[in-house]
Amino acid sequence: MKQVNRIVGGRCVDYDAEIGFTFNGKSYQGLRGDTLASALLANGVDVLARSFKYGRPRGIIAAGVEEPNAILQVGATEATQVPNVRATQQILYAGLVCRSTSGSPSLRWSLTGLVGRLFGRLMPPGFYYKTFMFPGFMWRFYEYVMRRVAGLGKAPTVKDPDIYDHLNHHCDLLIIGAGPAGLTAARVAGKSGARVVILDEQAQLGGCLLHMNNRIDGLPPATWLAQTLEQLTGLDNVLMLPGTAAVGYHDHNFIVAHEIVAHKTSGHKMAGHKIVNHAGRDDSPRLPRERIHKIRAAQVILATGAQERPLVFSNNDLPGCIQASATSVYIHRYGVLPGRRLVLMTTNDHGYQAALDWHAAGVAGQESDEKRGRARRQVVAVVDARPQADSPLIQAIRSAGIRVISGSAVIEAIGKRRVRGVKIAAIDSLGGSVTGKVETISCDTLASSGGWSPVVHLSCHTGSKPIWHDEYGCFVPGETIQAQHCAGAITGVMTLGSVLAQGAESGRVAALAAGFSLSLSDDDIPQAEAIEEAPGIQLFHLPHIKSTSRAPKQFVDFQLDVSAADIELAAREGFESIEHVKRYTALGFGTDQGKLGNVAGVAITARVLGKSIAETGTTMFRPNYTPISFGSVVGRDCGELFDPVRYTAIQSWHEQQGAKFENVGQWKRPWYYPRPGESMQDSLNRECLAVRQQVGILDASTLGKIDIQGPDVREFLNRIYTNAWLKLPVGQCRYGLMCGEDGMVIDDGVTAALGDNHFLMHTTTGGAAQILEWLELWHQTEWQELRVYFNSVTDQWNTATLSGPKSRDLLQGLTDIDLSGEAFPFMHWRVGRVAGIPARVFRVSFTGELSYEINVQANYGLRLWQMLVSHGEQYEITPYGTETMHILRAEKGFVIVGQDTDGSVTPDDLGMGWALSKQKRFSFIGKRGMARGDCQSRGRKQLVGLLPVDPEYLLSEGSQLVCDPAQIANMVGHVTSSYYSATLGRCFALALVKDGHRRMGETIYSPGVKSVSRATICEPVFYDPEGERQNV
Amino acid sequence: MERYSGFGLIKHAIRHHENWQRAWRNPAPKKQYDIIIVGGGGHGLATAYYLAKEFGVTNVAVMEKGYLGGGNTGRNTTIVRSNYLWNESAHLYEHALQLWEGLSRDLNYNVMFSQRGVLNLGHTLQDMRDIRRRVNANRLNGIDGEVLDSTQVQKLVPILNCSEKSRYPVLGASWQPRGGVARHDAVAWGFARAADSLGVDLIQECEVTGFEIEDSRVRGVKTRRYGSIGARKVACVAAGNSGLLANLAGFELPIESHPLQALVSEPIKPVLHRVVMSNQVHGYISQSNKGDLVIGAGIDSYNGYGQRGSYPKIEQALAAIIELFPIFSRVPMNRQWGGTVDTTPDACPIIGESPVTNLFFNCGWGTGGFKATPGSGQVFAASLAGDEMHPLAKPFCLTRFYSGALIDEHGAAGVAH
Ligand SMILES: Cc1cc2nc3c(=O)[nH]c(=O)nc-3n(C[C@H](O)[C@H](O)[C@H](O)COP(=O)(O)OP(=O)(O)OC[C@H]3O[C@@H](n4cnc5c(N)ncnc54)[C@H](O)[C@@H]3O)c2cc1C
Repeated sequence: MKQVNRIVGGRCVDYDAEIGFTFNGKSYQGLRGDTLASALLANGVDVLARSFKYGRPRGIIAAGVEEPNAILQVGATEATQVPNVRATQQILYAGLVCRSTSGSPSLRWSLTGLVGRLFGRLMPPGFYYKTFMFPGFMWRFYEYVMRRVAGLGKAPTVKDPDIYDHLNHHCDLLIIGAGPAGLTAARVAGKSGARVVILDEQAQLGGCLLHMNNRIDGLPPATWLAQTLEQLTGLDNVLMLPGTAAVGYHDHNFIVAHEIVAHKTSGHKMAGHKIVNHAGRDDSPRLPRERIHKIRAAQVILATGAQERPLVFSNNDLPGCIQASATSVYIHRYGVLPGRRLVLMTTNDHGYQAALDWHAAGVAGQESDEKRGRARRQVVAVVDARPQADSPLIQAIRSAGIRVISGSAVIEAIGKRRVRGVKIAAIDSLGGSVTGKVETISCDTLASSGGWSPVVHLSCHTGSKPIWHDEYGCFVPGETIQAQHCAGAITGVMTLGSVLAQGAESGRVAALAAGFSLSLSDDDIPQAEAIEEAPGIQLFHLPHIKSTSRAPKQFVDFQLDVSAADIELAAREGFESIEHVKRYTALGFGTDQGKLGNVAGVAITARVLGKSIAETGTTMFRPNYTPISFGSVVGRDCGELFDPVRYTAIQSWHEQQGAKFENVGQWKRPWYYPRPGESMQDSLNRECLAVRQQVGILDASTLGKIDIQGPDVREFLNRIYTNAWLKLPVGQCRYGLMCGEDGMVIDDGVTAALGDNHFLMHTTTGGAAQILEWLELWHQTEWQELRVYFNSVTDQWNTATLSGPKSRDLLQGLTDIDLSGEAFPFMHWRVGRVAGIPARVFRVSFTGELSYEINVQANYGLRLWQMLVSHGEQYEITPYGTETMHILRAEKGFVIVGQDTDGSVTPDDLGMGWALSKQKRFSFIGKRGMARGDCQSRGRKQLVGLLPVDPEYLLSEGSQLVCDPAQIANMVGHVTSSYYSATLGRCFALALVKDGHRRMGETIYSPGVKSVSRATICEPVFYDPEGERQNV
Repeated sequence: MERYSGFGLIKHAIRHHENWQRAWRNPAPKKQYDIIIVGGGGHGLATAYYLAKEFGVTNVAVMEKGYLGGGNTGRNTTIVRSNYLWNESAHLYEHALQLWEGLSRDLNYNVMFSQRGVLNLGHTLQDMRDIRRRVNANRLNGIDGEVLDSTQVQKLVPILNCSEKSRYPVLGASWQPRGGVARHDAVAWGFARAADSLGVDLIQECEVTGFEIEDSRVRGVKTRRYGSIGARKVACVAAGNSGLLANLAGFELPIESHPLQALVSEPIKPVLHRVVMSNQVHGYISQSNKGDLVIGAGIDSYNGYGQRGSYPKIEQALAAIIELFPIFSRVPMNRQWGGTVDTTPDACPIIGESPVTNLFFNCGWGTGGFKATPGSGQVFAASLAGDEMHPLAKPFCLTRFYSGALIDEHGAAGVAH
């Protein structure tokens, strides 16, 4: 198909490189360098979407991020689908496949359009709050229907095949926006030697220079731009990031920027400068689709420019209505003239440029148009709201023979799927009402300019509220919160000469603030030819002959179908705060965050409330400035790297043995080791009996290990643990209990005195990191005077635990340490060699059996393990997993913090009052908490054992317990651990039960879904209550 | 108050919507009120509404420093459920849930309470123990709930990554079918409109800057805009700013204010019809009726009143979401924002008397008070109207931190959205 709207002279497209793409299943041709939007316009595609609420046909209005309508689904395969791509930001590539995200069954025959036409009137803002309430049960149905029509694009149904990278930058100066102001600033600051990063959301640096005609330093803008970019490329301290949008401005001058890499690799014609590419060459197959640049800058210059506001009039959403400046962009950058007959409506001189450009393009293309028998492209009229504006620009238009209609406005656009004409009428000087007769002019394009809105978004992110600048007629950045400077149109200044001067000055000031001084010479400040301008007027919402509520819809926020009447209604209904207006009407809630409409919305609200715009204020913009994919934010922290798995050195052996694994904290731990044909319970029985009767081996490497050193280590432990630590002799270990300030148990473990000033603390596997933080917290915030130092050594050591009556014999065969009961008693540790490897051996026990925990440097871990296993064959050594460990410890009544406790259990509740040392000089954490009345009173839940009345009945962990099965809401506790014990030959459980310690022997009930089971309360120690077996 | 209905809508449509009444007045305050409520969030407005409606106390003002519902009420991820572990909280949240079920009609304002069901995923054996314990307790307390295995979870949410190979495979979930989401602004506005129509004065843009206190008895509030305004009782319902108010009254609350953030995607076609929460992977998500994925991020560990949080929390939240829903990787993230949440040591609210006579606080709802809005308002109103705290509110008294009668919801519910 022919590109009917393509003309010559596009600066950014390659006329020799035609590329094909499809939209809604139809094939089109565009040029390399096109955006998807320019290519669609070149092909004369008017309607791209149906609007959200009323299903009205919509086309392209803008040329950049502010575009609200052209939201498409892009992607040729299911996996590469991208929902909600703004056509104006998508670089065209060969084979691009896209389709509309709205309009069903088709864009042309849309059901929502029909509903919108028939019932649109029933949908004022907030109508859903006022209805769908009756009858109550119907809400589900209403909601179902709402959800049928909700949403724009669709998420792919399969996993993302692409990758996303994060890069960190540290620089003296970050310049956001590479238009005339930003580039000038970069040039100046670059000379100072400061490390400068300059980025721009557009794939080509240059901003408005890419489409304007004004000469700089006597050169055409394109030439000046090319020279400037070349200069910057020559500076090693300047990094340029085209196609990279700063999307969030966070505290401490931390900026998040988003780069679409795919654009660059699709063969797009680049301005030709450095691209960061740490991932490899451009042809590398695993290039990320997008990158996040995390930039920490000493100083930031916002040179983000301004976006043009279209005017609000009836049917201003018809395809063919377009931003005036966007027209120039399409003409100059892409060689696209998106129509034939233009009417321009403006409130200021800047708007005229579009008419001049259109006219010039029309003249240039006259011959070829005539050859093809097409209508000539022309400017039919310029409608200027100002009564008597005059300036060289206006004269230029007049002398081109174009009709200028002053003191008037377009009050309505006419047409169905494209503008066919406009109604024009004289208006009063304040723009409040129509004063003259209505004239209808036929045209197919209506460009409008209602002034400019500085891109203040990033400054808003810092928490700074924009302020209204009455002279410039726009919101400008408010109070400066970060080390931030502004230059160019963002300050509301629009003349090129001043913009360039501001750029140079801000570059100097920011560099100076970062510690790089230089003085500006005349050469540093580019000169632009001055163009005399007539002042613009502040006009946002154009009047109609009918009142706003009765006139055809005048849209303020296109994406969410918010009209001027909606805003007026909201204000009348009492939604007076601009935030309320926003929330009630949805103004600015779209994916464009209302870049085009917000100011008009504020102005309309102000008018209804009889306030000034400054008093009304604006809503806050939040990150992201422009949306970015979830994937890019996540970067590589997904899949295997989401939360990297921690394995011990013995993992390969566990896998060979066919172990099943359990997630414990970040670790994978062997859960049990099934043998062929065994059920899980079979394995557990076998493992348990092996430990009780012979010897088992457990990989205990995951237990948290914190090395604590310093002269005050004993005092520190004394405060952190509930029990006493001052006198523990070197060579011994002690079990310690830790509580929070509230007196509730938070962790436990064995800690060993390695030296007088040197201890090794063991924590639970899952608690290791938090406990280290806990120690640091107390040390750094409360007890800075204590000289102690902490170091996590969990990964440095590997631990094999031998447990069972034969563990001594086994180990003695491999070590030079004397293991006899007298030489190496329970709760002691020794250094020596095991299987020739230097080792620390702890004689502690979590199973109640004679046990040795052998710690070696982690790299020797597997070797040690293999030696123990092979040497242990004669003792029928059996590997056991966490589940067996749990059963064995439960038989002994040892708690697992986090399973048998839940943050509401004191040591007394666990029957571990013996671990409380009440005599400490300094007290300990939790002492005061647990002394409070309610922690001492009756009715507390206490740890007990349970024996199900039916010994074969396994109580379910987590079942609630009641005393009276007839009163099931009266819960007195719950089952925390429950197992079948091969040793006892029956089921048993641990539970927390109200006043449990005083209820020994009582019967308690567990109401299940279908039936109630019974159990007897008993002491929580089921095996070897005297502890003889571990003490042998 | 003009009643809203579909019929009314048609009537107004015929007149081009030119004659809608104001939703609420914008009055200047009187000199003296029976009760002044400080804080025009959902809880404050609900308190005012129930005071007027159920207890006939209409000489009431709500003082709001900004705009109604502009605090956490208008910033939260709107998850509503009542499957809390401990009896005290379960009863309170269930009371609220029952009010939610009739709220739209009661207020004559559609708060779009959508009972699409809430899943709390379990990824470890301990998660599953906790889930079973909580669901068992809920059932015995008469609260709907079920323990699901991963196949059942997959059936409810086909797009959830239930692969056994994932980092923390979904082992199961607790499922509360009556839970869901509601439209936050509508809750604030619905309560505001209904309260206003019963005579309550809603005073916006009016920050309370101090209290009139005589003999440790409160007599009114100080404001910059209108000077002192008298009241018999003053009730502070100021969420993240509660600690500041307590300081103005001369005491401290066991509350820390932290930033908590949320974010939304661009609207996509609805694919997620339940609320899915996971503590282990630490993500919370639902999809609004507009199509936005609404995602709760984690709490920042530093204190602050800034209504803005740190970027790493956003990264972590999305990493969790992609782990649970890999298909969302290419979905664009639209906006992020933050609120200031008032956290207590036991993750439960404080509802009750303060050291100053007739000065009451309702705060400490932290990361999860939206779901309680109607219940909190109702029991607080009952307490203010009577001489004694409502039985459901009693366990949540400030003195529990001195007595030790804590209701620790951390362990079993994690971060309680
Ligand atoms: C990101 C986020 C997500 C959340 N997600 C959920 C969720 O999914 N489910 C859930 O149940 N809860 C959630 N919450 C928590 C929930 O939002 C709050 O607990 C609840 O909304 C609190 O309501 P409120 O009325 O007490 O407070 P707010 O709505 O904060 O109202 C307090 C009001 O007091 C005003 N105020 C403060 N100081 C003064 C003063 N001096 N004078 C006058 N006025 C004052 C404030 O301006 C504010 O409007 C979330 C919170 C956040 C921030």
